[in-house]
Amino acid sequence: MNKPSTLRRILTTDLPVLLIVLFAMAPFAWMVLTSLTPTAALNATGVSVSPAGWSLDNYVRLLRQTSFLGNMLDSLIIACGTVVLGLAVAVTAAYAFSRFRFAGRKLLMLQFLLINMFPIVLLILPLFVLMRKAGILDTHFGLILANATVAIPFAVWMLTSYVGAIPKSLDEAAMIDGCSRLTALRRVVLPLTMPGIISTGIYIFITAWNEYLYALTLGGKNVRPVTVAIQTLIGEYQIEWGLLAAGAVVGAMPATLLFLLVQRRLIGGLTQGAVKG
Amino acid sequence: MTATTAPLSTAVTIPTPWSVRLMPYMLLAPAVLVTLFIVFFPMMQAVFTSLYDLVLWKPNASRFVGFGNYAKLFADPVFWMALGNTAIWIGLTVPLQMGLGLLTALLLNREFPWRGLARALIIIPWALPSVVIALMWRWIYDPNTGVLNDILLYLSVVQSAVPWLADPRLALYAIIATLTWQGFPFFAVMILAGLQGIPKSHYEAASIDGASAWRQFVHITLPGIAPVLATAGLLRVIWVANSMDVIFVMTGGGPGYATHTLPLYAFVRARQNLDFGYGTTIAVTFTILLGAIVAVYLARTMREVER
Repeated sequence: MNKPSTLRRILTTDLPVLLIVLFAMAPFAWMVLTSLTPTAALNATGVSVSPAGWSLDNYVRLLRQTSFLGNMLDSLIIACGTVVLGLAVAVTAAYAFSRFRFAGRKLLMLQFLLINMFPIVLLILPLFVLMRKAGILDTHFGLILANATVAIPFAVWMLTSYVGAIPKSLDEAAMIDGCSRLTALRRVVLPLTMPGIISTGIYIFITAWNEYLYALTLGGKNVRPVTVAIQTLIGEYQIEWGLLAAGAVVGAMPATLLFLLVQRRLIGGLTQGAVKG
Repeated sequence: MTATTAPLSTAVTIPTPWSVRLMPYMLLAPAVLVTLFIVFFPMMQAVFTSLYDLVLWKPNASRFVGFGNYAKLFADPVFWMALGNTAIWIGLTVPLQMGLGLLTALLLNREFPWRGLARALIIIPWALPSVVIALMWRWIYDPNTGVLNDILLYLSVVQSAVPWLADPRLALYAIIATLTWQGFPFFAVMILAGLQGIPKSHYEAASIDGASAWRQFVHITLPGIAPVLATAGLLRVIWVANSMDVIFVMTGGGPGYATHTLPLYAFVRARQNLDFGYGTTIAVTFTILLGAIVAVYLARTMREVER
């Protein structure tokens, strides 16, 4: 077997990969360029490709003239609340699934898997009716609960596989040393699962931050997360693409940066189940 | 039935105390209770609502109609149109995502200096909020100022600007292209993980036996990643079927009913007309249809849990 030359590698690997990377990035890059082109120039000559025509005009307007920072805060509260609620109930559930064999275990696991498959549209309509009755429509709490319909089952499954990867002998050793079950969970299993808990939490944060339909239907007036706010940046008479693009870039930034930060670990966790099969 | 495994294999069988037997249920209670409350209760409510003629702004006119809404649904031409669109939507989007994902994964599985960077950059579409994706592509598809028409006109592929999202024959396919772009990174990373699980020795043995690259792909690579393709494919069918936010922001279902899929039809019907009875009926029907695919996925996954 002769080693392929560098030139051949570039033609058969680097070049095609570069094309795919460009395909993946071009739309967002175009959005960034649009956001950097002032509206007047955008209407006259189109998107400016050279740095000479760039300015932060759209971003300044975004922060000065709209309530975008407030919307970011709404999103932050909802996403953090969802992470806390999701992880709090999922950690003990995951421990139960991976350490105990009990009647109804399979059924309950199936239940959590099933919830993840439910069409959001089936839940969104009754949730609207119920939340209106309960008076929590258009509140942070209401949207946290709505996002938890996705976050809890996801967290339970992810954490079950993370906890399952920690040898049982460790908590058994702790229990022989006199720890109770719950102390063993807190002192031994929890610290070891921490990387898994953090990446699950980050994924929940990203999903809740990016969520749109619940935010639109169950919130929107008092509580307006960024995803809904971005859409309202569309002007009344004509679409203000520059401002819209600036909002899109800022709104997408937190989730995208987090995703890039944890992608390796996250994908490891997500693919684990699929690859084993 | 023994509730817990004994810590020591030599332990004498002592009846497990109730507190220990109840432990897993106590640990599960918070998660189960919350999901019962925010998922199963609303779902029962949905099934219930679908039997009523309920328009939200006149709650007093609400009345029980039994399966009346379902009868109305089967006579509704928009329902059949939306069902057809849903079939095209799933039937094209998932294979396109998978094909492009497979290609990407095969390329990323090779050795080249900037592999880590390429892998990180390719997943960007996955991380973006769907509302941003939808607006971004609306801007690209814009008939007057969109960059896609500019490029195609420059390359003389088209003679005049194409109204991608306003033409009822094109709109659905334009959105499918967008969703393909959004979803292929998921397949790429899933398949890549599968590829890395195939032992190198298999390829070495095959090349000693003189197998061509194509035969190696068919006889080693494909069987190696078949389980990943099946799981990721099923998961994606369910996800793509459910996802309507991109369509909703890009066209709102229009022009006419050209981009209505079933979940979108249910949502639009309930949101614009506040016709919750009928909207829920569409949602329930859609869920039942999707149920068949979900059942296959669940059977696969639970089989794995058993191991």
